[in-house]
Amino acid sequence: MIAKNLVIVGGGPAGLAAAKSAYDCGERDILILERESELGGILNQCIHNGFGLHTFKEELTGPEYAARYIDEVKKRNIEYKLSSTVIDISSDKVVTYVNSTDGLVQVKAKAVVLACGCRERPRGAINIAGMRGAGVFSAGTAQKLVNIEGYLPGKEVVILGSGDIGLIMARRMTFEGAKVKAVVELMPYSSGLNRNIVQCLNDFDIPLMFSHTVIDIKGKDRVEGVVIAEVDDKLRPMPETAQFIKCDTLLLSVGLLPENELAKNASVALSPVTGGAEVDDTMMTNVEGIFQCGNVLHVHDLVDFVSQESENAGACAVKYINEGAEKCEQVTIKCTKGVRYCVPHKLNCDDNFQSLNFKMRVGNVYKKVELTVTADGVKVYGKKRPVVTPGEMENITLNSQQIEQLKKAKEIVISLEGGQQ
Amino acid sequence: MIKEMICISCPMGCHLTVDATDINDIKVTGNTCPRGPIYARNEIIAPKRMVTGSVRVTGGKIPMASVKTREAIPKQLIFDCLEQLKTVTLKAPVHIGDVVIVDVAGCGVDVIATKEIAEA
Ligand SMILES: Cc1cc2nc3c(=O)[nH]c(=O)nc-3n(C[C@H](O)[C@H](O)[C@H](O)COP(=O)(O)OP(=O)(O)OC[C@H]3O[C@@H](n4cnc5c(N)ncnc54)[C@H](O)[C@@H]3O)c2cc1C
Ligand code: SF4
Repeated sequence: MIAKNLVIVGGGPAGLAAAKSAYDCGERDILILERESELGGILNQCIHNGFGLHTFKEELTGPEYAARYIDEVKKRNIEYKLSSTVIDISSDKVVTYVNSTDGLVQVKAKAVVLACGCRERPRGAINIAGMRGAGVFSAGTAQKLVNIEGYLPGKEVVILGSGDIGLIMARRMTFEGAKVKAVVELMPYSSGLNRNIVQCLNDFDIPLMFSHTVIDIKGKDRVEGVVIAEVDDKLRPMPETAQFIKCDTLLLSVGLLPENELAKNASVALSPVTGGAEVDDTMMTNVEGIFQCGNVLHVHDLVDFVSQESENAGACAVKYINEGAEKCEQVTIKCTKGVRYCVPHKLNCDDNFQSLNFKMRVGNVYKKVELTVTADGVKVYGKKRPVVTPGEMENITLNSQQIEQLKKAKEIVISLEGGQQ
Repeated sequence: MIKEMICISCPMGCHLTVDATDINDIKVTGNTCPRGPIYARNEIIAPKRMVTGSVRVTGGKIPMASVKTREAIPKQLIFDCLEQLKTVTLKAPVHIGDVVIVDVAGCGVDVIATKEIAEA
């Protein structure tokens, strides 16, 4: 068994930012483990632009954004291993990985940052009837095929789900000469970014059908078409609205799930809402010395926020390595009235902050609301928003004075006040 | 003419209200940063889009290199740009910023590589 101060699982934007900031906080004994043959994570296949406006004040493509952080990591000579898959992490922070040159290796770490991203919900998770002909892909798989391998998975396409990957792929397939016949969305709103609806669908007159779903897939060897139907307000398909759409490919963009098998093995407590860990303001999970950040913690739509959150995780991991865990009271942050979750989930009462950032998502579309934070019923912070949607993460930053108020509270509540659905 | 539009200059996607009654004095509200009004004016006068795609690479560790137009190009030229991309094959190594096509579709904008690809 070898020993390392800090092991980072995943070399995507989250892992890279955590490594960079850990180094800048003085830590030199760092190892990044990455399953793929290159660093950069999901950004390598996201070749569209729209990354980094907040961090670099210019708009980059995914690979360019990744390259900036890869450069930072290489400049610092931080050790990383590619094609190395972590297969287990124990609660006393023994990280086990495998690769073809080292075989199976165990690393005893003082601290671990889990930055392993998320994966797509497979077809099995959404239960569509019909044949299992070729031509059903997850949108992310299709993205990889088109952008990295240079292979177009089909000519006539229907996309189920209007999350960002689905929207981006609607445009991408159109660019490559395919005809995208419709994007079908179960909910009455899209979970994707507005800008993607504008520039990926509206620009090319691709119809977006809200409150519809795919109820059957036709075709034995190859998909020949899908049957779609409108759903009622309980999301049940209404058979009388069924219609057939001819296509040879169905892309599923039905959501991302944090990749948390490893965390479970290490007895990390997971949030039933996000699928990621429950962390305190240092990004530490309930297991001492195990930290989480990026998409494995909760699904982000903007990589800039992934980097920001992960830099915090890296810095806090170093503080933990040097000073040990803080033994102090924690207040749990409760989310109600439209707010589904908030990261961090808990506040350490001994921490001193200049400012603290909270990230959250709402459960529905609301107009003219105020996002409020209360401490024992007293309003500490409020932010008026003309519209909030489940597809766009809300982000608020509290100053040291406001945080002092929170730390004294028995109960912190984040909620949406006023407004209409 | 009052128009609602969504600024697509960055993923924030601000909802803009655009008053283009006087085309020489377009008024914009709802933006978070100064790029919003610039976007709204362009969208009314001459809509432009960034184009991203990928081109084949020979002799590299990866078979495709991602590319982008250095700036947004007129919306109606998107497909001309894509057609031209299909005719290009690069040779590894490829570096970020390498010019892939000069003056694509005759609109004065170059297409550049957005990915580092080492020789195999
Ligand atoms: C299709 C799509 C479009 C997007 N568009 C935008 C956009 O326009 N603008 C924007 O700002 N953001 C966008 N995002 C969001 C952004 O890309 C993500 O939020 C960000 O990449 C998440 O970073 P991450 O490091 O947490 O995860 P990832 O990038 O997924 O990286 C996780 C890494 O961990 C590795 N890993 C996982 N498990 C193991 C293991 N057991 N052992 C070793 N390694 C492991 C994986 O191989 C991967 O490299 C988009 C995301 C997607 C999917
Ligand atoms: S106005 Fe500024 S912040 Fe808002 S979407 Fe446009 S560029 Fe982004």
